[in-house]
Amino acid sequence: MDLLSNLALGLGVAFTFQNLFYCFVGVLLGTLIGVLPGIGPVPTIAMLLPITYALPPVSALIMLAGIYYGAQYGGSTTAILVNLPGESSSVVTCIDGYQMARRGKAGKALSVAALGSFIAGTFATLVVAAFAPPLAEFALKFGPAEYFSLMVLGLLAAVVLASGSLLKAIAMIVLGLLLGIIGTDVNSGLQRFSFGVAELSDGIGFVVVAMGLFGFAEIIVNLEQKEHREVFTDNVSGLWLKWSEFKEALPAILRGTGIGSVLGILPGGGAMLSAFAAYTLEKKIAKDPSRFGKGAIQGVAGPESANNAGAQTSFIPLLTLGIPPNAVMALMVGAMTIHSIQPGPQVMTSNPQLFWGLIASMWIGNVMLVVLNLPMIGIWVKLLKVPYRLLYPAILLFCCIGVYSLQNNVFDVLMTALFGVLGWVFVKLECEPAPLLLGFILGPLMEENLRRALLLSRGDPTVFFTRPLSLGMLVAAGLLLLIIVLPAVRKTREEAFHEEAA
Amino acid sequence: MSLIRNPKDFGSGCLFAGFGLAAVILGASYPVGTAARMGPGYFPRALGLILIAMGAVLILKSLRTTGPAITIPTLKPVFVVLASVVVFGLAVIPLGLVLATILLIVVSSTASHEFRWKEALVASVVLAAFVVAAFGYGLNLQLPILPPFLGRS
Repeated sequence: MDLLSNLALGLGVAFTFQNLFYCFVGVLLGTLIGVLPGIGPVPTIAMLLPITYALPPVSALIMLAGIYYGAQYGGSTTAILVNLPGESSSVVTCIDGYQMARRGKAGKALSVAALGSFIAGTFATLVVAAFAPPLAEFALKFGPAEYFSLMVLGLLAAVVLASGSLLKAIAMIVLGLLLGIIGTDVNSGLQRFSFGVAELSDGIGFVVVAMGLFGFAEIIVNLEQKEHREVFTDNVSGLWLKWSEFKEALPAILRGTGIGSVLGILPGGGAMLSAFAAYTLEKKIAKDPSRFGKGAIQGVAGPESANNAGAQTSFIPLLTLGIPPNAVMALMVGAMTIHSIQPGPQVMTSNPQLFWGLIASMWIGNVMLVVLNLPMIGIWVKLLKVPYRLLYPAILLFCCIGVYSLQNNVFDVLMTALFGVLGWVFVKLECEPAPLLLGFILGPLMEENLRRALLLSRGDPTVFFTRPLSLGMLVAAGLLLLIIVLPAVRKTREEAFHEEAA
Repeated sequence: MSLIRNPKDFGSGCLFAGFGLAAVILGASYPVGTAARMGPGYFPRALGLILIAMGAVLILKSLRTTGPAITIPTLKPVFVVLASVVVFGLAVIPLGLVLATILLIVVSSTASHEFRWKEALVASVVLAAFVVAAFGYGLNLQLPILPPFLGRS
């Protein structure tokens, strides 16, 4: 069995002392920021990227991946105990998890969340191992036209995730693409939009953009609201589930795992979308939907399994196609390029140890997370009591030092402040920043593939429609657009109608 | 009733159109080339024009649909948080990591509605010590730790 020998190779890499250590650091940090509301995986990974310069690439990626799926575990703790989403993907866990806690079942809710996440994590690891190789082989057949179409599809699919206006989300992508091409043009050597500033000739660092838009902007918005945080319970006990409770939760866990695995693979998917879809499904198929919102164990089990599965399988498009499906994966692209690894289908053949080591580490990380999150829950509860007024200056500080150390450059720190303002403006205007970051990462790649495709076809734009794979992806992108647009069209029509009637 | 009925759409429309316009104007001198032999100006100009179009649609939409107003409860956090970052950036080379950290923490802490002088000062000193230990010595960051004019030995 190829799969088994590959996994064995991966386990061999992941089980070295150094990689176990970084895996542990990753999941520990992930749990930490997952528990703390107000800081998510995107700024954390951005903050830690500079440190990974010094690490071997495998260890670096193992640690960064651990932060992402670790945050899914930590997020549920805060959702259950404080009724605040520690992580955006735990929003739905608040609904039933907090209700369980109010009925004295906090321990059980935490157990179900951790258990579900673990089962989902194990399954998702196998999904990644099984599906990544054939997809990567398929992707090796891609030419520039296919890549361009694939990016169009990926970016449009990412819009599905963005809440709110479709038009704004697409505009954010285009703006991201535009910001991405600032700097020296690879083909002509011309400096584009760098205004003679030497620091801009290499382009704006994506850490600068990510930290400004996600890190700083979020702190500002949090500070505009008055803090209200109440830890529901001091002592969490009764972690053990009764057999009957386990039997109730298991089908929901399995369904959540399935949904999460599928939605994670799709471009634009990931943890948050998976959790929402799983909750909706559980509510739909429940015999007694009225229990939801009143502490239904399935309402915790389904979404918590789904978000963890989704977090892990969203590595598939990154590892096989080199296309990041969400903002965290966009940062992983950055982490790989720092170590001069070009993400894409060739990673698996040129760097099998990195590829399989990363996948195997996910399972090991999940084992560590169960231990971290259940027996040691008391520590995390205490952490929740650190007030935000002490927390955010420290986050700011680490962000600043992180940005500075990228290139030992003060200019980058000032640029991040600028993107912080921009991010705040986007929040005020209800423009989701994630599509911008994706566009930003893909901008240069997209231009390059567009150029090459049209160069090969001698300027004939029909090349995108005559190659079957490319056509298929563009048709898929078109269908996707249609699906999102149709209800929106109806809605605006209704609005207009209402106004006329009034 | 004012003309702009959806301020958020209007604002984002202006923002996108502005960026698009800037791209087209600033990139006017870049050679565009042809589709087969694209110059460095081709892709940015195309993106700029798309942004202008999308911005225009959003602006038009804002006149025809209604939406909630833009709410800014207080401007203090934006100014204070960003000022503290800029202060850090400007101070870190001439004053060194320790003083820059203390400045950043104290300035940024004032943005909270629960700001306390003593607490902020204590936090800043603790964090400065941690940062020097972790980044200055541990990771050997290329930064002056103490103000260079004090002489670093």
